[in-house]
Parts: sequence; C-alpha cells; structure tokens
Amino acid sequence: MNKLNEMTIVEAARALRAREITTRELWDACAEATEEKNPELNAYLEIFDADDTAISAAQERINREGDAAPLLCGIPLAIKDNILIEGKIASAASKMLESYRATYDATVIHKLKEAGALFLGRTNMDEFALGGSTENSAFGETKNPHDTTRVSGGTSGGSAAAVAAHLAIAALGTDTGGSVRNPASYCGVVGLKPTYGAVSRFGVIAAASSFDQVGPLTKTVEDAQILFDTVRGQDPKDSTSIPEDLYGAARREVRTIGVPTRLFADALDAEMLERFQSALKKCGCKVVDIEIPSAKPALAAYYIINFAEVSTNLARFDGMRYGLSKQGETLLDDYLLSRTEGFGEEARRRILLGTFVLSSGYIDAYYRQAVAARTELTREFNEAFKEVDIIATPTMPTPAFKIGEKSDPLSLYLEDAFTVLANLTGMPAISVPMGSVEREGPSTSLGIKKQLPVGIHFTAPHQAENVLFAIGSAIY
Amino acid sequence: MATKEEVQKLAALARIRVEDAELEKFTQEFDAILAYVGQLEKLDLSVEEGAQREGNVGSGTLRNVMRADGEPHAGGAYTEKLAEQFSAREGDALSVKQIITHE
Repeated sequence: MNKLNEMTIVEAARALRAREITTRELWDACAEATEEKNPELNAYLEIFDADDTAISAAQERINREGDAAPLLCGIPLAIKDNILIEGKIASAASKMLESYRATYDATVIHKLKEAGALFLGRTNMDEFALGGSTENSAFGETKNPHDTTRVSGGTSGGSAAAVAAHLAIAALGTDTGGSVRNPASYCGVVGLKPTYGAVSRFGVIAAASSFDQVGPLTKTVEDAQILFDTVRGQDPKDSTSIPEDLYGAARREVRTIGVPTRLFADALDAEMLERFQSALKKCGCKVVDIEIPSAKPALAAYYIINFAEVSTNLARFDGMRYGLSKQGETLLDDYLLSRTEGFGEEARRRILLGTFVLSSGYIDAYYRQAVAARTELTREFNEAFKEVDIIATPTMPTPAFKIGEKSDPLSLYLEDAFTVLANLTGMPAISVPMGSVEREGPSTSLGIKKQLPVGIHFTAPHQAENVLFAIGSAIY
Repeated sequence: MATKEEVQKLAALARIRVEDAELEKFTQEFDAILAYVGQLEKLDLSVEEGAQREGNVGSGTLRNVMRADGEPHAGGAYTEKLAEQFSAREGDALSVKQIITHE
C-alpha cells in the first residue's frame, strides 16, 4: 500500500470503505507531509487547522453509508486561494486581499462540503490569477517539486505542486488561459479545464470572467473525473453556468485525433516532439493533420480580452468596502494609495493595458477585433470537429523553466499559445503527463541532468469532457 | 509608440499611481506588448455582425439568462457580515471621505 498521502482519490476512498484506514489517519498523513515539505515548496499560503468535527463526520458517514457515501467523503483537498471558503482568508495571493475573510462558500466549496471532502489549506497562485509561473504571487513563488530551482507553472502552481508532492490527495485550481493545465504539465499531474459554464464561478475571485473556469488537479484522469462530477452543474447564482440538458449525448468514441502541427512545429525541440508523438501512438487512434488558421493570432486576441476583463474586474477594489485600505488627504488619494499598494506589478500592468484597449479610439482596433477573432477561432474549431473527435497539442512548448528566467512579460505571455485556445472557444481541455524530458539540473557545473515532466493536451467539443477522460485514461 | 504621458494618463484613469522608475519600464514593455497584440489589426475578420451573433447563438455560447424578480432575502440578513469588511466603520456608520467640496 502507498503511503496514505500518496494515494489517489480512488485508492483512498476504497481503503476508507474497507476500514483499512480512517479519515483521521488520511488527514494526518497529508497534514504531516505538508508541514514537512511546504516550507521548501511554498505550495500552500496557509495550512488549515484540522477540523475535528468534519473529519469525524466524514468517518461516521463512511461507517453509516459504506459504498453509498460520496467518493470524496473524508478526502483531504488543497484549494486555490481565489476560491472562497466561508470564514477563511481568500487573498488571491494579493496584498489587496491579504486579510480578507470570505463571508460565504463558493458553490464548488458548498458541493465539496456536501460530499464530505476536507480542506487542507489554501494554495499559492499568481496574484489574481495573472501570470503563468506563480512568480507573481505577493507571497513568494511556488517551487517545482521535481526541481526546486524551477517554477511550478501557474497560475494554479500551488495546487499543482501540492498534488505532485503528495501534500494533498487532489486539488482545485482555476483556469483562465491555461492556469490549471500549465502547472499540471510542469508538475506532472492531470489538469482539466471544463467547458465554460460547466462549473459555477460563484464565489471564485474573478480574473477574466469570459474565460475563467474552476478545474481539478489530480494524480489520475479518473480522479479528475470524480472531482469534476462533484463540482459541476448549473447554478442559479452564476448565470453563465450551463443547463444539464446540453450534456445529453452519451460518450463519444475517439477514432480520429486532429493535430494542428503547423501551430507548434517550430516551437518544440526534438525531445518534446518525440514525447508528443509517442503519446499519440499510445492512443491507438487515427491521427490526421489539421489546419486552424486563426490559432496563431488567437494568442493576441486572448491577451487583449484578458487585459480588458481584468482591468474591469479589478476596478472593484477601491480600498473602501473590503480589502486593503490606505488613507490619504482626499477620496482620490484613498483610491490611488490603496490600489497602488494593493496591486502587484503584473496586476497594475494589465489594468493599464486593459484601460488602453478599451479606451475610445482604440476599442475597435483592439477589443472588438479580438472578439471577432475569437468568434472565428471557435468557428474553425467547430469545423475541425466535424472531421476529428479530439484535437491534440503539447500542453506547453517546454518543461518548467528556471525561476526568474522569464522576466520580460511578453515572453511569459507567449508560453500560453496552446492553452488559451480552449478558453477562447469555451471548449473543455485536459493536460495529461506524457513522460519527461531532460534538462540541466540545479548544479549545472556538475553536469547533472534532471528529468522534468511534460504534458499532452487534448481539446474536445463543448460539453464533451467524457471524450477527454476516455483518451486521457488510454495514455496515462 | 507608447509615451510616458500616455501611460500616466492611463494610470490616472485606472486610479493607480506609477512611479517614475516604473514608468520608464512600463512604457517600454507596452511598446512590445502592443506591437504583438496589434498583429490582429491586419487580420481580415469582416464577418458581418449579424452572422457573428448568429454563430454565437447557434453554438450555445451566447444566450439570454432571465429570471423573474422576487423572493428577496430578509432585510439585514447579510448587513453585518458585509459591514464587517468596511475599512472605516463606527457602529453602523460606514464613512468615506467627502466627495463634493464647497471650495
């Protein structure tokens, strides 16, 4: 038997039901591993005290209901710091919300509590989910468990690192342009970005509202499906959540995989390309080359819309109603001081860029053009899905890079070229480990090489998460 | 080309302050970022607005969500929880600085 904290949801649920372990033992194993390793990794911003009532309630429910108890009952999870848990701080890794305590549960948290899941702590992230490496956290970067000189990816880097280092059985993150799938690839775990609207955003601190989705980070594809099935569903509190009847169709078989080779051919080195090709072979499907002409310029459209929505969403922080408050001479001073001190550099950068792309005289050239490009991209994907069942790319062009290596913002934006497509189209996508590639280790002078995990990325049509789970299970 | 003055103007609109050292850096970065995202301008995306809307509605990505007004929660049910977060509070008085001055 694995160490308890190294178990998957499925393994832990089985062991709990078989009375081989107790919910307390499982909690303690995760909590001890966290106490030991978190100081080095900085995956969690806060480790919660054990909630004795919840831990014993979960045990009693398993004793009472046996196999009928939800699979997540008694399972300790890590939760990204932008998802509200009533009474706990939810800071979005920002000084702006450093001492903000959530006044209610996010819908996903409510659903997890109903299923009997336990919460180990809140995980580190890029401030307000702006970034791709967790280096933009106001509370220090999260280190990659496979090589602590490298980034964990982002923005859900803390959640991915916690799962990869077995500091939690599974975790929730959020994905705006790849924020679940990017760290999943860098840390060697599974990450799902559901169909836009599949999971309620109520109680999730908004980054770019037309892209944001909550998604699971897990050790297996099966676990991702369990978490997804638990948190999904239409919510009257989120009008963008989608009705169940859109999920009518039964599981579609995957026969043909489309690969937009032209999109990534010149961005990958030989080793990455080889991992990608052999992962594709494992699927045992017909592989065809496809063209998605708008996929390359789509990254520009993504960032324009992201800037616009981020600047709009962050306008609510005024230093008055909640969050950081700095007092000056006048009301305007209060705004300026609170917002300047509260927001980190990347948040301020995007607020300024968003203000620009939405300003009169530029909105047609930037924002409206980006929205048109987004519609065209979605049309091209829908067209492609008439010929193929699923579309595959690598998740990221490279494995995790060194901390501090990408200090120029544009170079970091360019890393998201493959993942943003699913956010632009609203389609579901999953990153699944496809092996590892060799890179220089921390002591380069000794010539030590490190194996770093990399992920393969699948996109399915709207509401076809089942197809993603099927193909994901086939290769991992 | 972004200028320092333009960045300052955006900062004023967005109610943030950009210090001189950062102004230089932001201005340079904006040139690179705007040059990159500006590539969209060259794309021919002259899809008619009607057809575009049709496409969105057809794919289920754009739909109206309506509900009837009604069933309000009890008055004051959330007042205390919300007021607790307010920065300048004395009892039930939540204060902000004067907005209109007589000067």
